Amino acid sequence: MSNLLLIIVGGVLVNNFVMSQFLGICPFLGVSKKIETAFGMGMAVTFVMALASLITYFVQTYLLLPLNLEYMQTIAFILVIAMLVQVVEVALKKISTSLYQALGVYLPLITTNCAVLGVALLNVREGYNLVESVVNGISGALGFTLAIVLFASIRERLAVSNLPKWMNGFPGALITAGLMSLAFQGFSGLL
Amino acid sequence: MKNNRLIKVFSNGLLNENPTFRLLLGMCPTLAITKAASSGLGMGLATTFVLVFSNMVVSLLRNIIPEKVRIPSFVVVIATFVTIIDLMIKAFLPALSSTLGIYIPLIVVNCIIFARAESFASKNPVLPSIADGLGMGLGFTLALVMLSSVREIIGTGCWFGMQIMPEGYQPMAIATSPSGGFIFLGLLLLVVNAFVQYTERRKAEKEEEIL
Repeated sequence: MSNLLLIIVGGVLVNNFVMSQFLGICPFLGVSKKIETAFGMGMAVTFVMALASLITYFVQTYLLLPLNLEYMQTIAFILVIAMLVQVVEVALKKISTSLYQALGVYLPLITTNCAVLGVALLNVREGYNLVESVVNGISGALGFTLAIVLFASIRERLAVSNLPKWMNGFPGALITAGLMSLAFQGFSGLL
Repeated sequence: MKNNRLIKVFSNGLLNENPTFRLLLGMCPTLAITKAASSGLGMGLATTFVLVFSNMVVSLLRNIIPEKVRIPSFVVVIATFVTIIDLMIKAFLPALSSTLGIYIPLIVVNCIIFARAESFASKNPVLPSIADGLGMGLGFTLALVMLSSVREIIGTGCWFGMQIMPEGYQPMAIATSPSGGFIFLGLLLLVVNAFVQYTERRKAEKEEEIL
């Protein structure tokens, strides 16, 4: 039990995917201009990352390991994730139209979110069991959501403030992210 | 004439459309592995390898792959070459493999490779596609080496592991910490932006003078 707690605290705060492991930077910089869209993206990623951790665990233990195909890991995982995203999109469209409309645009983008493939590879590397893998996926994704929502709220303020001309756009955003990451580094004593 | 076009395509990726500085693609590895110049160089060259070969294969298959399944097909092609380079680095450069860790398999989801396959290789013949892959890859390598050199020199006083700062230099640990990655990339982009704006203004002034 304490093991799971460690994974959760580690995933959300200490080893935050965005702030200290640099996974999922593209959506972090790309879809963080508004708080609402940032939150939508975070939720979509959480959903996919939990499912991806679950399915890649089964692929790894019951398919790749018995057949000695560990070197096919990258190809197998990326195909599983691409397929998963597609299935989630179709399923959501049928089950919940409102959720689909809220997340719709972000779903295809998630395939190329390195946090999803990253969590699958990390689960294998760390030798997590089924429960640990899923918990790691969810807490990593919640950490991503926390970071992107905080960043979006800073950027909303930045957009209306007077920045020097050259700082506009990405340079300013990156330096802001750097200062945020500095704050997250403060958690490193927790574990 | 034909050579001119190849050179143009090649230098386009290196400078005008540099994937890191101008297009802002492939940010995850850019930030994650630029603590030391040697890992920046290793990552850049590994990505270049994948880019050149995936561009080549995608371009060769561009008339065979049906429009509807092109994205999964590109993914399989890219993942194949990533697996090859992953195994090669593990076999021949175990030290590099342990520093880069999961970021080598993560080359699969580097948007630069996908973007070039989709927007260039799937529409152009083989030779220009290879030139484009090489130019983009080396442009990415150049950016990674620049960023990682700055971070390594400021953060540790060394460059490629050799001491180059004077004895009394106090290393600033922030440069090699995660937050340093964001801050120094931001500063580097700022310098590049300022330089581009300056050269464009100079060009406009010159044109005015001629008129």
